[in-house]
Amino acid sequence: MTSCFNEMYLQGAVRPPYARLEGWTRAMPAELRQMKQAEAEALFRRIGITFAVYGEGGDPDRLIPFDMFPRVFSHAEWTRLERGIKQRAQALNAFLVDVYGRGEIVRAGRIPARLVYQNAAYEKSVVGFVPPKGVYSHIVGVDLVRTGPDEFFVLEDNCRTPSGVSYMLENREIMMRMFPDLFRENRILPIDSYSERLRRTLASVAPAKCDREPTVVILTPGHFNSAYYEHSFLADLMGVELVEGQDLFVEGEYVYMRTTEGPRRVDVIYRRLDDAYLDPLCFRPDSMLGVAGLMDVYRSGGVSICSAPGAGVADDKAVYTYVPEMIRFYLGEEPILNNVPTWQCGRDDECRYVLEHLAELVVKEVHGSGGYGMLVGPKSSAAEVEMFRARIKANPGNYIAQPTLALSTTPTFVADGIAPRHVDLRPYCLVGESIDLVPGGLTRVALTDGSLVVNSSQGGGVKDTWVLAE
Amino acid sequence: MLLSVDHVTRYRYDTPARSVVQSHRLTPSRFDGQRLLDWEVSVSGGLAGGAFRDGAGDWVQGWSVPGPVSEISVTVRGRLETTDLSGVLRGHREAVPPECYLRSTTPTQADQALADLAAQCVTASGGLETAHRLSAAVADAIVYRPGTTHAHTTAAESLAGGEGVCQDHAHAVLAMARHLGMPARYVSGYLHASEDGTLHEAAHAWAEVWVAGLGWVGFDPANRCCPDERYIRLGSGLDAQDAAPIRGIARGPGVESMDVTVAVQSVQQ
Amino acid sequence: MLSRTADNLYWIARRMERAETAARLLEVGARISLLPSVHGYRSEWDSLLRAGGMADGFAAKYGDPVQRNIESHLFFDHDNPSSVAACITAARENGRIVRTALTAQVWDALNTAFQELRALERRERSELELSEMTEWTMRHAAMVRGAIDATLLRNDGYNFLNIGYYLERGDSTARLMDVKYYVLLPKVDYVGSGLDNYQWATLLRAMSSQRAFHWAYGGEVTAAKIAHFLILNPQCPRSLITCVAGMNNHLGRLAKAYGRMTEAQELSARLLAGLDSVSVEAIFEEGLHEFLSRFIRDAASLGAVIHDSYLSGDMR
Repeated sequence: MTSCFNEMYLQGAVRPPYARLEGWTRAMPAELRQMKQAEAEALFRRIGITFAVYGEGGDPDRLIPFDMFPRVFSHAEWTRLERGIKQRAQALNAFLVDVYGRGEIVRAGRIPARLVYQNAAYEKSVVGFVPPKGVYSHIVGVDLVRTGPDEFFVLEDNCRTPSGVSYMLENREIMMRMFPDLFRENRILPIDSYSERLRRTLASVAPAKCDREPTVVILTPGHFNSAYYEHSFLADLMGVELVEGQDLFVEGEYVYMRTTEGPRRVDVIYRRLDDAYLDPLCFRPDSMLGVAGLMDVYRSGGVSICSAPGAGVADDKAVYTYVPEMIRFYLGEEPILNNVPTWQCGRDDECRYVLEHLAELVVKEVHGSGGYGMLVGPKSSAAEVEMFRARIKANPGNYIAQPTLALSTTPTFVADGIAPRHVDLRPYCLVGESIDLVPGGLTRVALTDGSLVVNSSQGGGVKDTWVLAE
Repeated sequence: MLLSVDHVTRYRYDTPARSVVQSHRLTPSRFDGQRLLDWEVSVSGGLAGGAFRDGAGDWVQGWSVPGPVSEISVTVRGRLETTDLSGVLRGHREAVPPECYLRSTTPTQADQALADLAAQCVTASGGLETAHRLSAAVADAIVYRPGTTHAHTTAAESLAGGEGVCQDHAHAVLAMARHLGMPARYVSGYLHASEDGTLHEAAHAWAEVWVAGLGWVGFDPANRCCPDERYIRLGSGLDAQDAAPIRGIARGPGVESMDVTVAVQSVQQ
Repeated sequence: MLSRTADNLYWIARRMERAETAARLLEVGARISLLPSVHGYRSEWDSLLRAGGMADGFAAKYGDPVQRNIESHLFFDHDNPSSVAACITAARENGRIVRTALTAQVWDALNTAFQELRALERRERSELELSEMTEWTMRHAAMVRGAIDATLLRNDGYNFLNIGYYLERGDSTARLMDVKYYVLLPKVDYVGSGLDNYQWATLLRAMSSQRAFHWAYGGEVTAAKIAHFLILNPQCPRSLITCVAGMNNHLGRLAKAYGRMTEAQELSARLLAGLDSVSVEAIFEEGLHEFLSRFIRDAASLGAVIHDSYLSGDMR
């Protein structure tokens, strides 16, 4: 992929946002670099930040490789991204309120009823309920890729509980500790207010019945979960309790947590648990992770749940295709950020096209995540392509296909120096009383030469992401 | 018809239970066929929790019993006036789109036999007639016989066994209707069983099928009819578990046992 | 604080202290077994297991109480919940669960102990000296304890940690003293002999208290002095009275912070009053073993009451 956009070098010249990094790399001999790399790794281990991002599973004590070469956006680039991300987060929430309410977008024929109402993530039990401030998805993680100076595409939206934000914060922490000079030389916008903004966002959606400073908690599936570190990290930064289902109970009209001083009422639950496990009375009866009776309290306005149950219907890969339509329908605006053109294998004509061009396309499972159940046509063997052909034919509705994008690269430290590697970006947009976005996100990098898969379970690493003040 | 209900469910715990939590759908639906005169649900030692009307139009009420308790009784008592609407759920306010009821669940998954049986019921004369045939086909294929199936029997299993109770009948209708692309749902309620030939099950369940132009229409294969003034509708769902009038859980190592008494009587005016 | 958080803190302390007890038991056993014995080599190790309450579990798994097996059982065996390895692993997991309630230093100390334990487990057993294992355990226990004392906020979590430490330590001192009883019981005529004194000295040594004892008492080592030191002397950091007073203090702080008393304060005050008023003579009159058994039982009931009053989450 020689033709792909290098974010640092354009036709031999250094692009302005990276201007001060050139000298930095030149002044760093290999020994120093190795020393710094070892130091960074030791710091990560020390903090205990060993977990898999994006629910990929795997060894909970595994460390995700950290690449010290930062990824940089100019202020102008970011301003556009920010507008686009906020626009998207707003439209996705408007969509959720609508499809659990009157369903205007379906009635108007702008999205097929089947895709919404027969979707496994569409939660019948919350129909007719508007969560506080009309927000279903309080943290929207928008996965972006870049293919040129001005070409950004949204790969997917994450409306439930996007993970990885602890990496965004820790990467910055570690960079500032190891290379303070870089932060003196470059004017980099800070991101450390994220946790306070998240707390404020959560507190802003407390239920109407809450007549005091709301008590916010994070609900984790438990310490065996691969993202447990992130849950405890966020709880610590926000100064809120990290609870498991067993710490909470329902009594009367409210939810309480079990404390050493007796029951204490909880107003807002930031859950890092799927809908199916939230309440054994409402969803999976065998779930030991949730809180019995929680949904009745939620529906009667005794507690807020973030993200709201049912939010998942907005980030389904088949619904994704219609996000630009949502933006037009609810906001009356044109999308600032484009979708990747997507073929729905569930449609006969599109499926035919996909099967004919399989070797050029990326194929994804509608409900898959973590880079599994995915085919990257140009990088796959003929046998792999044929295997996918059979799978698509057997269950076309379960697959979508997209062109193989020439993902941008940024310089990355590799064994023998610095080389371009493909990257993506996940910013975290907060939606409560207002819409808020810290200038940055998590950059994932495919560390293997030529690889387009940035997932940590498949050889991906992470980078600090800078947004310059001007 | 003026009906009275007296329904008591007793839960016993062999070791005292704490934090018993329940979610009830024990209040009759509001539609043109039912008019509530008086109705009361109580839970011994219980605290009433949040209550709300859900998107399907059901009245949901949460309860909690802090405990520790060895026994809990849930008592439902009330009177209502019913009218025969030939099964049509007229005047029922709800927000859940019918398409939601096309989704199949574990007990309502159509296997080949259910699909074949459903295909035989398709008729050119429209959805209502098809639904009637589905109900009749189920009544013929699954003989009413208590004790042959259990709470987790699937529609496919009861059809294969040829026997079942009202829950199995309803599940079979749902599986077949959804297979044909007709939204269908499970309804739980009570039945006043006085006429000869009526099955003596006061706590009852049946199916509703969405018929274009009419809306939701009830079908009771167990009694080969559509719900009339003898029926009291409580709530609906995708299957028996989803539509259960009482869902509950208790904290503690103990084993729970349950017994239920239901009486639905016609009140002399 | 969340009851589950308090419970995990309490168990970090109990487990770290228990790991130390296992190491001390190993040391006592190894020392005693070097003596010319009246019972023969085996029964001394056996009495050690009995004092530790681990005899049945051991017999089922290993059969003969030979030193190498005892080492395996007390140090490496993850099936034995009181082994050093099991305790440190579990304490670190308790710590991971409540990371937000710990300082970086405390977590670091717990995590380092765990990481080094994994390295120890990978080493050839033949290269490992018993003394290295016991010293290693004591060192890490001390580092965790030190990090707690030096860096942790003096809030309710700190009280729960200390309650756990004192409860476990009191239990441990009582059990270690009881080893002596088991070893000596068959031959009462050894009481007061040179051999007897050597065994008492070994006990002191295992509690790292030999020097402290001499400073405090001087002169001849006698059973009465040692019993006084380990049971009734508030200067001794491991004495029963120090442990009960510690618990009493931290339970009192909890009651004050929460603005309410529970059965736990009542029970610990009663336990403390009992120790305050008893003499060494009275203890020997009751029988040392009987006295210690009673203490172990009382401490266990206090533990149960603390659980119900703070840790179970069922309080109203």
